Amino acid sequence: MEKQLNKSEWPLWEVFIRSKAGLDHKHAGSLHAADEKMAIENARDVYTRRMEGVSIWVVESRFIHASDPGESESLYDPASDKIYRHPTFYNLPDEVKYM
Amino acid sequence: MTVHSFQQHFDDLIDREITIEPKDWMPDDYRKTLVRQISQHAHSEIIGMLPEGNWISRAPSLRRKAVLLAKVQDEAGHGLYLYSAAETLGVSRDELYNQLHTGKAKYSSIFNYPTLTWADMGAIGWLVDGAAIMNQVPLCRASYGPYARAMVRVCKEESFHQRQGFEIMLTLSHGAEIQKKMAQDAFNRWWWPSLMMFGPPDAESPHTEQSVRWRIKRLTNDELRQKFVDVTVEQAKVLGLDVPDKDLKWNEERGHYDFGAINWEEFWNVVKGNGPCNKQRLETRKKAWEDGQWVRDAAMAYAGKRKERKMNEVKAA
Repeated sequence: MEKQLNKSEWPLWEVFIRSKAGLDHKHAGSLHAADEKMAIENARDVYTRRMEGVSIWVVESRFIHASDPGESESLYDPASDKIYRHPTFYNLPDEVKYM
Repeated sequence: MTVHSFQQHFDDLIDREITIEPKDWMPDDYRKTLVRQISQHAHSEIIGMLPEGNWISRAPSLRRKAVLLAKVQDEAGHGLYLYSAAETLGVSRDELYNQLHTGKAKYSSIFNYPTLTWADMGAIGWLVDGAAIMNQVPLCRASYGPYARAMVRVCKEESFHQRQGFEIMLTLSHGAEIQKKMAQDAFNRWWWPSLMMFGPPDAESPHTEQSVRWRIKRLTNDELRQKFVDVTVEQAKVLGLDVPDKDLKWNEERGHYDFGAINWEEFWNVVKGNGPCNKQRLETRKKAWEDGQWVRDAAMAYAGKRKERKMNEVKAA
């Protein structure tokens, strides 16, 4: 039943919006559309009714690959003990300016 | 991890007010409750377009018409944000629509009341959207990420809805005698159903405790209802309209207004499908969906043909 229902459903798209020139595109949400052109037009109507964007990206959701939250520990572990990557790790005399 | 430790990890995140995201492990009941709650809200937005759609063609001025159109369009948008949030929990859009169309899923009972006069557009914006905002603002801090983010968007937009409704009421209540009467009549009809929007009293709301624990409900039905009464009664004074409740009285000791008994029999009767417009609303919605089938099919066929043509061009080159 579920499968048959899904057959007629338009594909799902993820929408990313650049709120103004100079900023990154940011995930806004998702929507259904038959193709990329309709996805952009629908994204305009659904996510930018109050001039929230100057540029829209749409990606079919099935093409997004995500990391597994269950593996977070091992995935981010290599970075967790390398505090020397941060500038605050280094002690400098107070008289040193602009560094 | 065992199921036990998954559960422990989940409880820990909830306790530390950390957001749960779609790919995180979550208990089945949490998922099920969220799908029901989010989709019920989405359905309410979609059905909620109908009572107001009734007045778009008869709005008294071009300004009012443009505003009402924008409001109804927002409601479609809110429905879409919420449906997408529900879909991240693994339920398909078609299944959600199917639940609405077969009556398996509910929507807010308030939309089963008719919109008899133009003043109803004012009363709905002021009272119904006012009650909705009261309900929704705390949900911007709900524990499920996609839901909370959708609610932030909804709440930002909803505030114009309430203001435009109040403005309609203000214009009417300061207008001719007949206009003031119309505003009072709309207030009389929408007041009690608006109070019912917060749901049954806490004593009869068995899931509240669990939902509060999960942070998908942050205040109880009665708490929200009291808050709504307290602010709305003051607003009614500005309009110069009478709250249709003879038991309404400021309670110095509690620091709140006491108000009369709500007719819960009427509430449950409308929930069960016997409100003035239940049948009409669902039929209108189903007809719109069925009449749109050929458009959805055509769009898919067109997208398929375009894709094919593109592939052939690539091959030929």
